[in-house]
Amino acid sequence: MTRRSLGGPSGDLFDDGAGSKRSTRAALTVTELAAELKHAAETVTGQVWVKGEVIGLKEYGGGTWYFAIRDAESQLRCVMWRSYTQRMKVAPPEGTEVYLLATPTVWPQRGELRLTAVAMLPTAGVGMQQLAFERTREVLERDGLLDPGRKRPLPSYPRAVAVVTSPDGVVMHDIVTVARRRWPSVRLVLVPARVQGEEAVDQLVAALGMVERLSGIDVCIVARGGGARDDLLAFNAEPVCRAVAAVTVPTVSAVGHETDVTLTDLVADLRAPTPSAAAELVVPDRRATAAALASLASRLASGLSRRTTLTNERLARLSDRAAAALKANLAARRQVFERLAAGLEALSPLAVLSRGYGIAQLENGTVIRRPAQVTPGERFTVRVAEGTIRARGE
Amino acid sequence: MTGPDALTGNLRRLEEIVRMLERDDLDLDQALALFEEGVGRLRAAKERLTEAEARVARVVEDAAGVLSLTDLDD
Repeated sequence: MTRRSLGGPSGDLFDDGAGSKRSTRAALTVTELAAELKHAAETVTGQVWVKGEVIGLKEYGGGTWYFAIRDAESQLRCVMWRSYTQRMKVAPPEGTEVYLLATPTVWPQRGELRLTAVAMLPTAGVGMQQLAFERTREVLERDGLLDPGRKRPLPSYPRAVAVVTSPDGVVMHDIVTVARRRWPSVRLVLVPARVQGEEAVDQLVAALGMVERLSGIDVCIVARGGGARDDLLAFNAEPVCRAVAAVTVPTVSAVGHETDVTLTDLVADLRAPTPSAAAELVVPDRRATAAALASLASRLASGLSRRTTLTNERLARLSDRAAAALKANLAARRQVFERLAAGLEALSPLAVLSRGYGIAQLENGTVIRRPAQVTPGERFTVRVAEGTIRARGE
Repeated sequence: MTGPDALTGNLRRLEEIVRMLERDDLDLDQALALFEEGVGRLRAAKERLTEAEARVARVVEDAAGVLSLTDLDD
């Protein structure tokens, strides 16, 4: 192409007059040029597979992804519309290497080259969900949220249990049934949240936050019934896992079928295979506790009567006079015992100690009667009316 | 003593008391005091066992973000 000197007499500033195809036109408008570039971009390769790493992915407009794909030297901006991303379920983690099926185009309004993607496959040979799962797990692990040392024991006899789950469906019903059978006075509080679909992550995070604001909750169950793997995705989402970890009372996770393990399961203090099993683990069995208590009551009674029998035998070996004096003493004490045994509640606990006496005991519980029982430096305790004093031998 | 571990504490202490009573090295005063404490703890533990059935509640959050509980019909 040759060009005439500017301002020449022929008038048309850029008309080179050399027979190019645009030679008869004046300057292109921006729109015309952009349209030509768009056409060129769309036809030079057409739809094509491109391989690279996904970076800077942002989601807008209810599911449309904006990101870039790059290799060592170049990067191209991409868009994947909502109708295509919906099939993906989860966004690729930053840096994931993918194959992208895309058509290059130009966005005239912004003067930008874009790849319009319709499909994305991870190159690693595993599904995108698995990749996302592994990546989130790494992040949680790095932050110590999967540390076994973090796991807290459940309270043995909870009074109130929060249940974060769907208000619809059978999960709550199952938990209520099992809990009522085992210990009817345990209070259950449903904290409703959607457990699948687009709002599930936000609603689960909000519900877990509410558990913190309820007073008197002793343990929290996060539950969802079985479903397709895709239905459990919210329980692999990092914000949900972090919200579970932030709950200050112990947490039990029961999500999906027995064979499904979600990241929420790994973050919770305890994983239950099903929601019913979660209720079994959280709510103790009242009948078993009643049986244990009955056994303790009978041992308590026989323990004391054995004690008095021993005292009687000892008395029998003593001389009559001494025995008579002690017997009177014992009789008075036995009256106290009988009153207590009959369930009389007028006597205050630790009556003896309240008069200012103390009982010194070695750490194994042996009552100290002689100084020689305590070696220098040995720890022992002195029980007085209002508590126990820790002490050490001189 | 009403927390989730009050009953655990009572049961554990009762075990301890029973074991002490079953040994021979307590004098009668100590035995009586322990027995009395044991009776009190048994009574407290029994109360937990016989509490009435609780209603199931549902959390409701109002527009101002205030939480309240309503009975859940299950």
